[in-house]
Amino acid sequence: MPLWTLLGLMEGKQTAPWPRTVGADGQAGFIGMPRYNPERCTDACQACADVCPTRAITMRQTADEGDGKAGRLDVDYGRCVVCQLCTEACPTDAMTPSSDWAFGAARREDLVWRTRPSAPIAPADRSRRSFRRSLHIRHVDAGSCNGCESELQALNNPFYNLHRLGIFFTASPRFADLLLVTGPVTNAMLTPLRATYEAMPEPRWVMAIGTCAISGGIAEGGYASGHGLDGVLPVDVYLPGCPPNPAAIVHALLMFLDRIPQRVSGGRLDQ
Amino acid sequence: MNVAQPISLQPAQLRDAATRLRNSDGRMQMAYAWYPEPDRIELRYVATEAKQDEFAIWGCAPTGPVPSLASIWPLMGWYEREITDLFGIDFSEHPQPQRLVLHDGANPVCPPFSPKYPADVPIQPEPVRQAVPEVVGATDDVQLLPFGPVRADVLESGEFLFFYIGEAILHYQPRLFFKHRGMEKRFEGLIPMGGVVVAERVSGVGSVAHALAYCQAVEAAAHCAVPRRARLLRVLLAELERLYNHLYYLGHLCHTTTLKVGEAQGKLLAERAKQINARLTGSRFLRSILTPGGLRRDLSPKQWLGAELKNLHEKYSIYARHLESTDSHLDRLITTGVLEQRVAFDQGATGPVQRASGFDRDLRRDHPYAGYGELPVTVPVRKSGDAHARAQIRMAEIDASIGLIQRVLLLLPDGPIATECKAPPRSEGLGWTESPRGTLFYAVHFDDRGRLARVKIKSPSFSNWRVFPFTVHGSNMMDYAINEASFGLTIAGCDR
Repeated sequence: MPLWTLLGLMEGKQTAPWPRTVGADGQAGFIGMPRYNPERCTDACQACADVCPTRAITMRQTADEGDGKAGRLDVDYGRCVVCQLCTEACPTDAMTPSSDWAFGAARREDLVWRTRPSAPIAPADRSRRSFRRSLHIRHVDAGSCNGCESELQALNNPFYNLHRLGIFFTASPRFADLLLVTGPVTNAMLTPLRATYEAMPEPRWVMAIGTCAISGGIAEGGYASGHGLDGVLPVDVYLPGCPPNPAAIVHALLMFLDRIPQRVSGGRLDQ
Repeated sequence: MNVAQPISLQPAQLRDAATRLRNSDGRMQMAYAWYPEPDRIELRYVATEAKQDEFAIWGCAPTGPVPSLASIWPLMGWYEREITDLFGIDFSEHPQPQRLVLHDGANPVCPPFSPKYPADVPIQPEPVRQAVPEVVGATDDVQLLPFGPVRADVLESGEFLFFYIGEAILHYQPRLFFKHRGMEKRFEGLIPMGGVVVAERVSGVGSVAHALAYCQAVEAAAHCAVPRRARLLRVLLAELERLYNHLYYLGHLCHTTTLKVGEAQGKLLAERAKQINARLTGSRFLRSILTPGGLRRDLSPKQWLGAELKNLHEKYSIYARHLESTDSHLDRLITTGVLEQRVAFDQGATGPVQRASGFDRDLRRDHPYAGYGELPVTVPVRKSGDAHARAQIRMAEIDASIGLIQRVLLLLPDGPIATECKAPPRSEGLGWTESPRGTLFYAVHFDDRGRLARVKIKSPSFSNWRVFPFTVHGSNMMDYAINEASFGLTIAGCDR
């Protein structure tokens, strides 16, 4: 009979020191959201908007910059599926690959590129404070590709070890504080999704994980898919990505609990 | 690519052709429908003839209800039901004429794949009670457990009906396609590169297999030859995908047999494999690399990947040795969920599931693609068909995958990584891969402008979900989770 306990002990501590220690998050080499550099954008070019499969990049009709949007493009990271086609199509490096993945945001507009980042985020709802060291999550797959599930399942592996942060997945929505939704919300999952939300006790919150849950992603529309959670459930945290990596999910969860600050504002990370 | 010219058959000839295929040791692979013209539907059947490395394709123009092949090839039942739901073609004498992809209450104005279907209008399902199969005989003690579609833990959505007495499961019926996103329709009108982005997102944990099968289908239509460096790097990517999937599979199987340290170790190894993926390609799921004609950018694995994998392999070998000598673990796997060879064949089992039931089949060796033709592909086979055999196949495949990757690293030549790939208007192609879960097909048709007119995806889980219930009827509740984990199914790939 093998000595599993001994094997486990001999492996030593495998859990990442992150987020307490900066770096060491296991995401070396990870390519995240493309970075938009409007000053490098040239007139009469719309290569990136043409290749974008989810209309995350669109051409602006007017040059009006009054609303804080700059350049000739509208860039919405809530629609980005991180396919990197824009970074390959852009002839002038106005769209460049980056390692930016900590894109969890409390407001949908924080994911849209602006010259002047919107006003600082107000401190999270006081009623969340009592959940800071004990948060229970119910996950609902509303039609994802299983990529987001794969990363959510990774949260409980020894490397991320979500339990150490006082965050747990629970089987029953009756015990859940946070509803975590993936997928574009297919026709058939709409009713079960709403029923799960209705079964949760107050106070309850919703997190949209992955670009599909925010805007429908690559599967958006058609005869079978919806447009994400917009108009379906009130969303408290948005985390785009295709899929967001486990560290990004941990970051978004801690941000939701007001344990670390939001990093994205005006469609880019604080540097 | 090894695809014969389509043979045209009359509907009345289908059953004879199917019977002949059955009697000559051939095998039916899949069926789909498409619109060659806006007002004309054609059915396509893909089959393998015995001892031929070409895939045979039959075309058939329906005139009224088409004879069902499900009584000759039971696995065809699901394909025909899907075609009925999405294209509105009826099949006569179908043994299970119920809906499959669209649930009861989902009544579109016309079949969703019809050119007349209004764009971007979702089907509004009416709230109707889903039909529950009837239990006949002495039913007083029979209980019904409807489980899902929202299930415990972080799992994909699907509903399962258990009819049981005490511990014994009398009848089990999965109700899938809650996750049906209409992905095949999302390809329509795209340029070839746009299709890669969609294919990578059909089944996240099969991103490479899907994108590769798609790219190869486009390359078959365009008759382009991919450079050798790209072909070998494609093997490397496909085997890295197999590696993290199989490692996670072993960890999850330990979860169901409550072997806690085994679960932690398996999932830790899977995490290390995913981190290697990110370091190599920027994506933990190996996305954004493939393109029709080759690769989008070059990879430089030579310096470090071999050493990382050697390290991972050493850890895995110790882990596998422990698993194979842990009585409590093996006790739950051996004789659990036995899939008889006959059932595996009739219902169309694929991948590690069929290899665990005695079938020596693997597309990488039997119908080589990418760089597999010049590599020694070992195909592990077991005969017992139980959960243990299915786990052992995957364990042997992990060793084989690492061997293949090390071989690719030795052979990898310098040179170009892509060639021009332009599919002519109205061309078509078939592409396939042996994904971590089994055979995956993409059939691609182009329109007059060289854009995608129809893409059909045959995913391995579509096959294996059909097979799986046959191992559950008559088993017991305690073994159910173990049995399900041992199949290694995804719902996203099945539902699309």
